[in-house]
Amino acid sequence: MTTTHEPRTSPEVGGIGHSVRRKEDDRFIRGAGNYLDDLNLPGMLHMAILRSPVAHARINGIDSSAAMEIDGVLAVVTGEALAAHGLAWMPTLSGDTQAVLATDKVRFQGQEVAAVIATDPYIAHDALAFIDVDYDELEAITTPQQSLATDTLIRDEKEDQTDNVAYTWEAGDQDTTDAAFASAARVVSLDTHYPRSHPAPLETCGVVADVNSITGQATIYMTSQAPHAIRTVFALVAGLPEEKIRIVTQDIGGGFGNKVPVYPGYVVATAASLLIGKPVKWIETRTENLISTGFARDFHMNAELALDSDNRITAMRANILSDQGAFFSDAQPTRFKAGLFHICTGSYDFPSAHVTAKGAYTNKAPGGVAYRCSFRVTEASYLIERLVDNAAREVGMDPAAFRAANFIKEEQFPYLSPTGFVYDSGNYHGAMDKAKEMIGYDDWRARQAEQNADPDATKLIGIGVASFTEVVGAGPSRDYDILGLKMFDSAELRVHPTGKAILKLGVQTQGQGHETTFAQIVAEELGIPYSDIKVMYGDTDNTPYGLGTYASRSTPVGGAATAVVSRKIRAKAQKLAAHLLEAAEEDLDWEPGKFTVRGTDQSVTIQEVAFAAYTNHPLGMEAGLEGVTYYDPPNMTYPFGTYIVVVEVDTGDGTWKVLDMVAVDDCGVRINPMIVDGQIAGGLTEGFAKANMQWITFDDDGNCIGSNFMDYLVPTAWETPRYRLGETVTPSPHHPIGAKGVGESATVGSPAAFANAVIDALWSRGVKNIDMPVLPHRVWGALNDVPISP
Amino acid sequence: MYPSTFDYSAPEGLEEALGLLSELGDEGRVLAGGQSLIPMMKLKLAAPGHLIDINGVSELSYIREANGHLAVGALARHADVSSSETVSRHNHTMSSAAPWVADPLVRNRGTLCGSVAHCDPEGDWNSVMLAVGASVVARSTSGERVIPITDFVVDFFTNSLRPGEMVTEVRIPKYQGPAGGAYLKLERKVGDYATVGVATHLALDGAGMVAEAGLGLTAVYGHNLKVTEAEEMMIGQAPGSELFAEAAAIAARTCDPDDNVRGPASYKRAVVAEYTRRGFAQALAMAKEQS
Ligand SMILES: Cc1cc2nc3c(=O)[nH]c(=O)nc-3n(C[C@H](O)[C@H](O)[C@H](O)COP(=O)(O)OP(=O)(O)OC[C@H]3O[C@@H](n4cnc5c(N)ncnc54)[C@H](O)[C@@H]3O)c2cc1C
Repeated sequence: MTTTHEPRTSPEVGGIGHSVRRKEDDRFIRGAGNYLDDLNLPGMLHMAILRSPVAHARINGIDSSAAMEIDGVLAVVTGEALAAHGLAWMPTLSGDTQAVLATDKVRFQGQEVAAVIATDPYIAHDALAFIDVDYDELEAITTPQQSLATDTLIRDEKEDQTDNVAYTWEAGDQDTTDAAFASAARVVSLDTHYPRSHPAPLETCGVVADVNSITGQATIYMTSQAPHAIRTVFALVAGLPEEKIRIVTQDIGGGFGNKVPVYPGYVVATAASLLIGKPVKWIETRTENLISTGFARDFHMNAELALDSDNRITAMRANILSDQGAFFSDAQPTRFKAGLFHICTGSYDFPSAHVTAKGAYTNKAPGGVAYRCSFRVTEASYLIERLVDNAAREVGMDPAAFRAANFIKEEQFPYLSPTGFVYDSGNYHGAMDKAKEMIGYDDWRARQAEQNADPDATKLIGIGVASFTEVVGAGPSRDYDILGLKMFDSAELRVHPTGKAILKLGVQTQGQGHETTFAQIVAEELGIPYSDIKVMYGDTDNTPYGLGTYASRSTPVGGAATAVVSRKIRAKAQKLAAHLLEAAEEDLDWEPGKFTVRGTDQSVTIQEVAFAAYTNHPLGMEAGLEGVTYYDPPNMTYPFGTYIVVVEVDTGDGTWKVLDMVAVDDCGVRINPMIVDGQIAGGLTEGFAKANMQWITFDDDGNCIGSNFMDYLVPTAWETPRYRLGETVTPSPHHPIGAKGVGESATVGSPAAFANAVIDALWSRGVKNIDMPVLPHRVWGALNDVPISP
Repeated sequence: MYPSTFDYSAPEGLEEALGLLSELGDEGRVLAGGQSLIPMMKLKLAAPGHLIDINGVSELSYIREANGHLAVGALARHADVSSSETVSRHNHTMSSAAPWVADPLVRNRGTLCGSVAHCDPEGDWNSVMLAVGASVVARSTSGERVIPITDFVVDFFTNSLRPGEMVTEVRIPKYQGPAGGAYLKLERKVGDYATVGVATHLALDGAGMVAEAGLGLTAVYGHNLKVTEAEEMMIGQAPGSELFAEAAAIAARTCDPDDNVRGPASYKRAVVAEYTRRGFAQALAMAKEQS
C-alpha cells in the first residue's frame, strides 16, 4: 500500500505532514544553545587526561610527583588509585570490561593513563607533560588477521581469555545454504573491508560531575545519547544509590552513536568530584575524541551469492571479521553480537542464508558503535548492495533490472527473511521505479555506453544503484535488551488547565528536532497546537525511563509511546467531554482538537476539556489530564529506498565527481517532511564522505592516522554533491502512526550507491572492486594494475 | 586550545616590529595570519616564547605594481590575492593558485608572505613563486636584502632569513609579451593540503617559441621543488604536447614523493606528469590568446 498523506490538521495545529519550522532552531541559530562546555558551576575544577603515546606497552610505573608540585594542581589520578576503590575497570555496554585508567598495560594509542585535576584547564593540560610514565613497549597488533594469528594476548588480564577473540556469532541456516550453493548455476563473491570511521560529532564528549559531599547527591551533566541507561550503569559501577544519581543532558552537538558508550573520562571525573567534594569538568579535545572514543565499522567481509540459471538469487553466505579494538565496547542488544548484521539479505527474496561473525581484539581504540545506523546495518547494506551490483554485471544484466527481478514483492509482506527478521511492509519496485524516472536512468545508460566505448576516453561515466532495507526501532522486549534493560521507550504527557502541555521523553535529542516532531505527534492526536507543547528529555530526575536515541529508535519506539499516551489522554478527554456536553461518550465524534455530539453543532474543544479536568471534573473521576506510557514495540520497522548516483571518473588522476544523484526514501508516514529531508541530506553527505574520503587508519606501530580534521576528512558544502530527493510512503502496519524512522537511512544506503557508481564506470576496464574510501590513488591503482596499500 | 605559555606584543609600525625582533632574538616569532603558527602551537609542535603580532602594521598591507614587478606586502591575505585584479592582470599562475590555497576562512587571515616564510613543502605558494621566479624582500634593523626565491627556500620548513629579519614583501617579475600559467592541485577536500600540486608558467617570444618556462612542484619533495632541468630544456623550443610530455617525464623523475595514505610514490609521480602536461597546455592556450 503506497499512500500520500494530506495533513489532517491545520498549519497552526501543525500535526503530521506539516513542515513546521524547528522549535529548537531559534536558540541554535542565535548561538544561544546550552552545551556542556557552557556550564560553569561555582568552585568547579578541571580535568585533563594523560593518554598513551604507544599502542601496546606494559606500564612499569607512573611518577606524578613533578605534576603535583605545579601551582593549581590538586590531584593526579592513576589507575592504581582507582583500583583502591574498585574503579580501575568498568563494564561495557557489550558485556566486556574496559580499563578506566590503565594499571597493567596500555592497549591502544590514546588510552587513558592518568588524569590531572586542577583549578584551571590550562594548568591541567600543561601538567600532563610532567607526569612520567615508564613503558615497556610490546608488539602492536593492528589488524584482526594479525590478532587471530599471534600468540600475544591483548587481553591477558581476563582469566578465561585464551585468544584474541572478542566474540563469535552466527545466524541463518548453514545446511540449506550449503545445499543451495552446491546446486547453484553461478556463484558471485566479494571480499571487502568497510573501513574504520568515526562519528566525529562537532561537540566532543565531556562531563561536569557534581557530587555533593554532604547529601551524597551526584548530579552528572554529560554528553549522552542514553542518560537513563547511563544512570543505571553508574549505579552498578560506582555502587552509588540510584536515587542519588541524576544525569542531565543539555543541548548535544551531535551524537551519531559516538555518545552512547560510557567513557573513562566520565567515571574519573565523577570519582574525582566524589573524593574532592567539588564539581569537576572534563571536555575532550578534538584529537582525544577522534583517537579514543567509539569508532564505527571496521568490518572485513567475505560473501557469496548463489544464483540459479534464471539469474535468481537462491542463497547468500557471509563471513565477517570485525576489528573491535582493545575492548569490546560498542553498545548492542545482548543477543546479537554482530548487531543486526544479519539484515544482510537486504531487499531480496531468497530462501537461504548463513552468516558467521567473529570479533577480534586489536591494539586500536575500542568501539564499533552504530554510527548513524541501527547496529551494523550499514555494513550489511553495503555488502549486499555491492554484491548484487557485481552479480548483475557478471551475468550481463543491468543492475537495476537484476535487483527488480530479485526484489521481495509488495504482496509478500509481512516477509520472513532467511535470517529471521519479519519485514513489516515495503514496496521496493515502487521506490526503484521512481528513482529511475527521476534521474533519467535510460538516458544516462545511453550516454555512458557512448562515452565509455571510446578506448581512449579519459572521463568514464558510471551509474550506481543501491536499494537498501534497514531494520530499526529496537526493539521488542522478547529479543532486545542492553545489559538486561529491555529496549522499550516511554512518554509522559501532562495537559495543563489552559490546554497547553508538556511531553517528557525517555529518548534524547542530539539535533534531530525532537522538540518539534514529538510535539507534532501530540498535535496530531489531540489537536493541541504543536507550539503549545513543550518537549523535555535528558534529565533523569524529570523524565520517564528510556533507552535513549540511536539506531533510529526514537520515532519507532518513543514516537509510538507519544502517540499511545496521547490516545490514553484522549480517551479520558472523551469522558470529560461527555460530561461537559451532557451526552453519552459513544455519541461523540472526534476531529483533531474537538469533540462534537454526533448530528448536532454542540462541541467542546480539547482546551475546554483540559480546563474542566482541573476545574469541573465529574464526581468519581480523578482530576487532571496526564498519563505515561511505556511502549514495547511488537516488531522492528523496515525503512527502505533506492538511491541512484551518476559519477564521472578521471582516468588521469583517479578522481571522481558526482554528476547527479537521486534518493528516493520510504520511511513510512513523514511527520515533518522538512526535517525528514534534512535528515536525508545529512545522511547522504556522511555516506558520500565514507565513499569518497573518510577513514581512520593506523601505521604498523598502531599510530592513529586521522587524529584531527586535517587528516580525518569531513566534506564541506563544496565537495558535497547536490541531491535530489523523492519519496514513497508505505506506512508501518504495526506503528501507531505508521512511521518507520529516517535518521539513518541515507548513511546506510548511500555508501554502496557511490561505490557502485565508480565500479560501474571502471567495470569495462576490468575493475571489480575498490574498497572505501574510493580514493583517487586506489582508482588509479586499479586502472593501472598497481597494487595499493593502504 | 591549550598552547604552552607565551608572551605577546602587537607593534603598530614596521620599525617597532623590527626593533622587537632584534631585541628578542631566538625568543621572538612573527605572527602574521596565524594559520600555520597557531595550529602548531595548539598541537604543541611549536612553543614560541614571544609572539610579535604584525597584524597592526598596516603599512605592510598592499598589493601593487612597481618598477615592472608585482609587490605583495606581508599583510596581504590570501583572499586579497585571490580577488586582486592587479594579480590576475599580472600573473596567471598566481591567480590560478589563489583559490586553491586552504579554504575561505583561512584565506581571510593567512598571508602570502607568511606562507612563503613558512616553507611548508605542502604549501602551495612557494611552488608558484619558484615557477614564476619571484624574490623575497627581507628587512631587519640593519637594512634590507632582496633574496631570489631559489635561495630563500632552503629546506623542509627552513628559509634563509637571518636572526632579526622578517619578510616584508614578495616580488613577482612581469613578462612583457604573451604568457600564461596555471596551478593544478590534487586535494581531498577544500582546505586540504596538496597531495600533488603543479605550478606552471610559460612565456612566448615573438616567434612563438618558449621564452620562459617555470615548473614548481608541491608536496612531492622535501621542499617545494623547482624543476630546473625541465625549464631549461624547454627554452627556445616549440611549445606543444610533445614538449610538455618531455617536461612531464623530467618532473616525474625529479620529484621524490613519499608513500602514505594519499597514495604510493608511483601514483604521485603519475599525477605530477599528468598535471605538468595539463598545466602547460592551459598556460599555452592563455598565452596564445594574447598573441
Ligand atoms: C585549515 C587550514 C588549511 C590550510 N590549507 C592550506 C593549503 O591548502 N595550502 C597552503 O599553502 N596553505 C594552507 N594552509 C596554511 C595557510 O596558507 C597559512 O596561512 C600559511 O601557511 C601561513 O601564513 P600565515 O600568515 O597564516 O602565517 P603564520 O601562521 O602567522 O606564520 C607561519 C610561520 O611563518 C612565519 N612568518 C609569518 N609571516 C612572516 C613574515 N612576514 N616574516 C617572517 N616570518 C613570518 C611565522 O613566524 C611562522 O613561523 C592552511 C591552514 C589551515 C589552518
